[in-house]
Amino acid sequence: MTDNTIDQPEDRVPKRVIGTPPATEAVLKDETVHEAAALPGVIYQDPASARKAEKTVALLFLIAFLAGAGFIASYVIFQVGTIDKTSTSNFALGGTLALALLALAAGITTWVRRIMPKYTMIQERHPMASDAETRETVKETFLAGAEESGFVKHGLLRRTLLLAAAPLGLAPLFLLKDLGPLPGTKLRHTVWGEPTKTGKPRRLITEGTGQPIRAADFNSPGGILSVVPEGYEHDLNALAKATLILLKFRPEEIKSGTNLNWTHDGIVAYSKICTHVGCPAALYEQTTHHILCPCHQSTFDAADGAKVVFGPAARPLPQLPIGIDGEGFLIAKADFNVPVGPSFWERGDAEAEAREKAEKA
Amino acid sequence: MDTPPKAIAGVSTFLDDRLGAGSFLKRNLRKMFPDHWSFLLGEIALYSFIVLLLTGTFLTFWFKPSMGHVMYDGSYEPLKGIMMSEAYASTLNISFDVRGGLLIRQIHHWAALLFVAGMVVHMLRVFFTGAYRKPRELNWLIGIGLLSLALFEGLTGYSLPDDLLSGAGLRITQGVILSIPLIGTYIQFFLFGGEYPGEDIISRFFTLHILLIPGILLALITAHMILMWVQKHTQMPGKGRTEKNVVGAPFYPAFMAKAGAYFLFTFGVLALLGTFAQINPIWLFGPYTPADISAGSQPDWYMGFLEGSLRLMVPWEINLFGTSGGTIPLSVLIPALVPLGIIMTGLALYPFLEQWVTGDRREHHIADRPRNNAHRTSIGISAVTFYGILWLLGANDEISANFHIGLYETTIFGRFAIFLGPVIAYIITYRVCIGLQRKDAEVVSHGVESGVIKRMPNGEYIEVHTPPADDILAHIRGKKEIPVIESGVDREGIPPKGARSLIGRLRAKMSKAYGTDRIPLEEGHGHGEEHAAVGAGERKEVH
Repeated sequence: MTDNTIDQPEDRVPKRVIGTPPATEAVLKDETVHEAAALPGVIYQDPASARKAEKTVALLFLIAFLAGAGFIASYVIFQVGTIDKTSTSNFALGGTLALALLALAAGITTWVRRIMPKYTMIQERHPMASDAETRETVKETFLAGAEESGFVKHGLLRRTLLLAAAPLGLAPLFLLKDLGPLPGTKLRHTVWGEPTKTGKPRRLITEGTGQPIRAADFNSPGGILSVVPEGYEHDLNALAKATLILLKFRPEEIKSGTNLNWTHDGIVAYSKICTHVGCPAALYEQTTHHILCPCHQSTFDAADGAKVVFGPAARPLPQLPIGIDGEGFLIAKADFNVPVGPSFWERGDAEAEAREKAEKA
Repeated sequence: MDTPPKAIAGVSTFLDDRLGAGSFLKRNLRKMFPDHWSFLLGEIALYSFIVLLLTGTFLTFWFKPSMGHVMYDGSYEPLKGIMMSEAYASTLNISFDVRGGLLIRQIHHWAALLFVAGMVVHMLRVFFTGAYRKPRELNWLIGIGLLSLALFEGLTGYSLPDDLLSGAGLRITQGVILSIPLIGTYIQFFLFGGEYPGEDIISRFFTLHILLIPGILLALITAHMILMWVQKHTQMPGKGRTEKNVVGAPFYPAFMAKAGAYFLFTFGVLALLGTFAQINPIWLFGPYTPADISAGSQPDWYMGFLEGSLRLMVPWEINLFGTSGGTIPLSVLIPALVPLGIIMTGLALYPFLEQWVTGDRREHHIADRPRNNAHRTSIGISAVTFYGILWLLGANDEISANFHIGLYETTIFGRFAIFLGPVIAYIITYRVCIGLQRKDAEVVSHGVESGVIKRMPNGEYIEVHTPPADDILAHIRGKKEIPVIESGVDREGIPPKGARSLIGRLRAKMSKAYGTDRIPLEEGHGHGEEHAAVGAGERKEVH
């Protein structure tokens, strides 16, 4: 794109190549050229090669025309509606558009480089600062205007004006208040703690199939199941906090970090929402019992109360107390005893608080 | 052609009668634009922005910024009958049921990537050539503002389609917002209209993405252009180029035509990418749910460094008031804010810090060659290394999978590399700069290898050196002295007033390190009569 006078080797050879008429001569020969051509730093191209270049440019412009017409034709000819049709339409439209744009660009570039003169013109540059006289005039004008306005002399006017501006400046902030409700304690609870309409405990539902889980049927040691709360299968706000992962262990595999009272027959439920920034911790490695969050690779030991073994998460995934109802389906016995998901200012050391409570009870 | 065609003359007269446009054009039609490949990098960003405006407007005609639930009933079979947000459904609609919709959507996404990339590369060019120096500090600051806004613009746009991938980005954003001490939960509830994800965020991001941020971007880009126009472009050192002139091609007709062609090139390449390089195939990801994630989720490239810094962080969290609150999740807060803060604040302050260190208050219109300000270049490369390591570690899962390296090993490597890498980069860059300066000094004093091997009477072979070409010599001799503030003691052994305090002494020391020219070009050597001698083949260098 550039023809830098420094970097381009062609400029290092003498400007006048054999067979090339000197610049002044070209001006005289070519009648259509304006007298401005006599300017220093303007070196005309050889008319013969310019005429040759014109053909190249014309060819490129012609290609651009045909491709542009092809774009319009493609729009009319190729319909969308299926994946294959969309793909064909996309290639036809995009291909012709790209060709038209690139041919036009190449044509103009050839025009500039091979038909327009080579320029090394010089323009003067002046310091940005105004001269002292101008600055002095502005200063005097400013002071005179300030004096005339009375803004300096009338202190009461000045102070009441500032006073008047203050509430108007703050008003927009108040208007933003209704953007959302105040947080309250919403981040501390999930729907697992809410009573169901029928008053029965809330069942664990398999994500996707929507089926409740019979404890006796969930027998896949090493497996992991994504679980949502009954009645909130499609409520994204609820799912953002209440989604679980369900795992089954052999009794000897479970370590001290896991609260055995909250398990049922080796089945453990942890919050799926990573305690780092809230991505679903969805990856599970059977051999090591490690739960991995794909976002920032926080790793939790599922056999040991989902404590953090690597990565930026600072807290274990909270465990949900689960049991079974009369029909043998898995249910939540209570809400999480600590807030799930990412940390926030008001959270505090909820784990220590929960421990204290448990000791008192 | 002695008179302009009537159509142009008539309109011109009409406008000049009313606006006096003539005097503006008289001054500016032949405005000079210096030529160097690196001066065109910013234009890539500018033209990408124009493409973004055009394609973005097209997309708004069909996109529905709503999180209301609908059942998908479009052309894409695999998702038929699935419940999803209107935003996602309309994005599918644009992709499969609007002719050219997929093309424009993909061009829009590619243009966004190129927009930020163009800005970053342009910024690096300005930094390494010192083109931010007086009088251009304000335009530098506008540039930093543009870059920061572009990141937000990208973030808001990325979240709009409401597919599973864009939702993962949104979730991380929410987690980061929650981590802000004291007001984090409030900001989250106000931004999302309640709990995450709520039903408001798409329409709110839409307004930010298509109105507020692009409006400010457009205003700042205009200001950026006006300042560039008024202050005139910098030029690389070279023959006939001084601090008091601009050497180049005139706006009309050469630069104008070139710029037009360059826009078409940018658009053409984006169209090629949009056609043949699939980007963000949202139909494969499915609608967003906070319960799921697709493995290997990656953000757009310009957010990768934040992803990397989040991954590198160690699990620190403190509770100021124990069980009653005051939680500061350092494992989120530090990686989300500190690298971005270091980079953006460092960029914004650099021109002023450099001025303070060198005491240089002059105007600069000749750009530095990066090698000639070794410390600046080294600082820049350290920053690039810092950013680059974070960026690379943002893809450590891919690195781990493709190169069969343990995932945790990549993270642990990154935790050390983020501190050591920039230091090593500094040292290496500094040595390279000094080496290149030495090479320049050699070219000036001894000339360049001519390729002619000569046998001496005593049987020794030597290569004849010839003087460098004029323009190359002028380019090299464009090296400017970096001023050093006065720090030496006077005759009574008293240091100057500014250098007495601790900060003053530090400043003097830094100034000396920054400004001292370790490889001065030998003046009066190699030019003049020596020149002729070399040309005559009498002065020889043993190689």
